[in-house]
Amino acid sequence: MNQKLTATRRTYEICMRALLYLCAIVTCGLLIFLIGYICYQGIPGISWEFLSTAESVLNDTVGILPAICNTLYVILVSLIIVLPLGVGAAIYLTEYARNRRLVNVIEFATETLAGIPSIIYALVGNIIFCTSLRMGKTLLAGSLTLVIMVLPTIIRTTQESLKTVPQSYREGSLGLGSGKWHMIRTVVLPSSIDGIVTGCILAVGRIVGESAILMYTVSMSTMMQDFSTISNFIKSSGATLTVALYVYAKERADFAVAFSIATILLALTIIINLAAALAGKKLKR
Amino acid sequence: MKDVSSTSGAQPRSAAKGGLGKSAEWVMQVVFLICGLIAVGFVLIISIYLIISGLPAIREIGLIDFLFGDTWRANDNQFGILPMILTSIYGTAGAFVIGVPIGFFTAVFLAKVAPPKLAAVIRPMVNLLAGIPSVVYGLVGMIVLLPWIRTTFNLPAGDSLFAAILVLAVMILPSIISVSETALQAVPKEYEEASLALGATSLETYFRVSVPAAKSGIAAAVVLGIGRAIGEAMAIMMVAGNVANMPSLFSSVRFLTTGIAIEMNYAQVGSLQRNALFSIGLVLFLFIMIINVLLNVVLKHNKGED
Repeated sequence: MNQKLTATRRTYEICMRALLYLCAIVTCGLLIFLIGYICYQGIPGISWEFLSTAESVLNDTVGILPAICNTLYVILVSLIIVLPLGVGAAIYLTEYARNRRLVNVIEFATETLAGIPSIIYALVGNIIFCTSLRMGKTLLAGSLTLVIMVLPTIIRTTQESLKTVPQSYREGSLGLGSGKWHMIRTVVLPSSIDGIVTGCILAVGRIVGESAILMYTVSMSTMMQDFSTISNFIKSSGATLTVALYVYAKERADFAVAFSIATILLALTIIINLAAALAGKKLKR
Repeated sequence: MKDVSSTSGAQPRSAAKGGLGKSAEWVMQVVFLICGLIAVGFVLIISIYLIISGLPAIREIGLIDFLFGDTWRANDNQFGILPMILTSIYGTAGAFVIGVPIGFFTAVFLAKVAPPKLAAVIRPMVNLLAGIPSVVYGLVGMIVLLPWIRTTFNLPAGDSLFAAILVLAVMILPSIISVSETALQAVPKEYEEASLALGATSLETYFRVSVPAAKSGIAAAVVLGIGRAIGEAMAIMMVAGNVANMPSLFSSVRFLTTGIAIEMNYAQVGSLQRNALFSIGLVLFLFIMIINVLLNVVLKHNKGED
């Protein structure tokens, strides 16, 4: 900047630099304010009892253990279903597909799924699983709807990591006489496990943060669910963390509890982001 | 063979191919094909269900009355969604006006100006902003934004289009920032070096050389942000007031998304009201499909230029 510039160029320089710094500060300031405010409001309400008990009207205590259990339920059930489907689709796209047009169709469908807003999934999930298949508003119906939502995430990350497996590995394996499926199972998949793990972490992040789908395919009960037998497991239904937050904030106007749940969600988001970054770094190596 | 089996953990017996091995190969290929087609199946099922459940109400109400009717009153069987369509458009436009410049400048800052160490701190922060659940944004909006709007603009209540626009602007920031930053990073170093060698200052280079070179990537980022804004439901449901008024900046409004969300749990199965919600879903779906196609065109254009 020590060259001599004309006045107009110097003003341009100063204005643009100011704008750049201002916008970066606004973005960072926003996040710091969000984190600070949520923690300031939410941390006082968090205690061991808050995390480990259910809400009790008799004792006038609030606990979010049911919401935590329900969140774990939807994460586990949807991951168990979506993982084989998503990884299988990615394997088909990178290893088997020879028809360019079919690949384009599948990729377009995947992108479309990724772009559909969750309220549409909620609407369709409600009519397909809750009404047509007569599941009612249950956690299972919610998990199945979530499967459709996170499928593109799994397909895309797995595909990316399958592409990074060197072609010579495949040729080496095939050249030594192994079949295609055997080659995929023993050579390709083990080398791309990091990508699959990253996909899972991202999917968990989306599931934890999702609320619209779970509000309209699952009931909003904050009571403890009974998962002990299979029929109870299928029929159980209750609010996850995000839905519980909505219920406390909008329907019961109990903002202290809502902020405590928000703090927990924030902590989960930070953990998930760190895990994804770690897995991503491993993937690059 | 021994070497491979020890490094890849192969079982020696499965390497022996026979008739069974071949049929297993064939079975697996079909299984993977089915997995691949499932995404297509989901898209078809969603489209078909939306059309089948969305059309009856439109037929009963009349397409013109449905799309251009200006009152939505379920009790009087009046189902006009013009206010919601306009609110969605205005809200998205407002979020665009506030969010895109901030996101764009932050992206340029991250990609070009910021020292690497600072960028390494800001980048995870942007990712975190993207990961925060929408209900959390809604909650903070409810508690911080609404009282502020009420007192500053002297209104009876803070729930308004303005509040929704502010929340949406924050929510689209991360997608705009990260996608445009990637596009800016991909600009070849030679372009910038040539410009610098010709005597342009570094900032002139960034804005007159790098940004035009990355323009289709930045356009894709903006379209992605618009898609997010138009599809968001929960956060704005908590701050927009949800009355189906014609949109104005400080009145309580209902978006297409919140129009579905607010009545979904109350509308009776099979009633005209519930069917009309599916029709709203269909309209929203069309909006999203248009944006998707737009995004694809922008990205294709991008590839063509390389």
